[in-house]
Amino acid sequence: MSVWNVKAIIMPKPGVNDPQGEAIRGGLESLEFSGVREVRAGKQISLTIEAQSRDDAASAVKRMCDQLLANPVIETYSVTVDSVEETDGGVNA
Amino acid sequence: MTRPVVAVVGFPGSNGDHDALHSLAEDVGVDARLVDYRQTSLAGVDAVVLPGGFSYGDSLRAGAIARFAPIMAAVRDFADEGGPILGICNGFQILTEAHLLPGALLRNKTLKFHCHLTHVRVEHATDFWTADCNPGEVLTLPVAHGEGQYFVDADTLGELEAHGQIALRYAERDGTLSDEANHNGSTAAIAGVANRGGNVLGLMPHPERATSPLVGATDGLKILGTLQELSAGLQTRAS
Repeated sequence: MSVWNVKAIIMPKPGVNDPQGEAIRGGLESLEFSGVREVRAGKQISLTIEAQSRDDAASAVKRMCDQLLANPVIETYSVTVDSVEETDGGVNA
Repeated sequence: MTRPVVAVVGFPGSNGDHDALHSLAEDVGVDARLVDYRQTSLAGVDAVVLPGGFSYGDSLRAGAIARFAPIMAAVRDFADEGGPILGICNGFQILTEAHLLPGALLRNKTLKFHCHLTHVRVEHATDFWTADCNPGEVLTLPVAHGEGQYFVDADTLGELEAHGQIALRYAERDGTLSDEANHNGSTAAIAGVANRGGNVLGLMPHPERATSPLVGATDGLKILGTLQELSAGLQTRAS
């Protein structure tokens, strides 16, 4: 069993109103950053999980997204497995 | 005659539970009981209210954690049996997260917390909760929410319209729709939506805060008053 750092990036679906992103865009505009056409604000959830393999870690977090971390009505998600933190027999059991 | 029993579910972070209990007991005149979220049974209950508030601090998304509370399995069974369920504000958010109602609630388009009286037009009086209203009737009810922008995609909106599930729309006092009246930016100005069976209704306005002249509005009785017709033993459930 290894320990993996997994990131779930959750974003508002295309077409779903994102008032927070729009407010950020307005803020950037008032700071005179030009050419910012659109801002979408989502969230990142970082998890440290135990799994046998990188694929197992990714599929576990995808199931978490389907059931809780994301709301499929309004959000999409992507999952990346960043690194192995430790492997079996590591010092931090 | 025995009064109908109405369960008000208290979640950690609910703040409208005692408003609902007071309104139901004192103004509507039913036997209102607080049911703790850790309970697992709704035996003997004639109707369920999921109150407003900030269950679990709105962590992750409003209602996202509450839907896994122990009581929710019984709430789901109760809905499937045709039992009347009203989700008010955070209760509405919980019902959408639990997929007992379609759609989702987003941050208000203004990004501000909206706390004021609002007018809602009754679209369909086909569900349990609006049975005492007339289509086109305008109710004055308070709102208090930061995440009340109802969202459904175009296909689902078509289904809601086809099945008469849109119960309430934000409107002007005279019943006309306008961008100003739709203060939180909801899809099709939807303020309240029912399930196909018409026994589950979710709405952002607070009928339980509008059942006494003392608080300046009584139109909440038009919705909660339907509970008076639920005399105990005379179930309106489908099964």
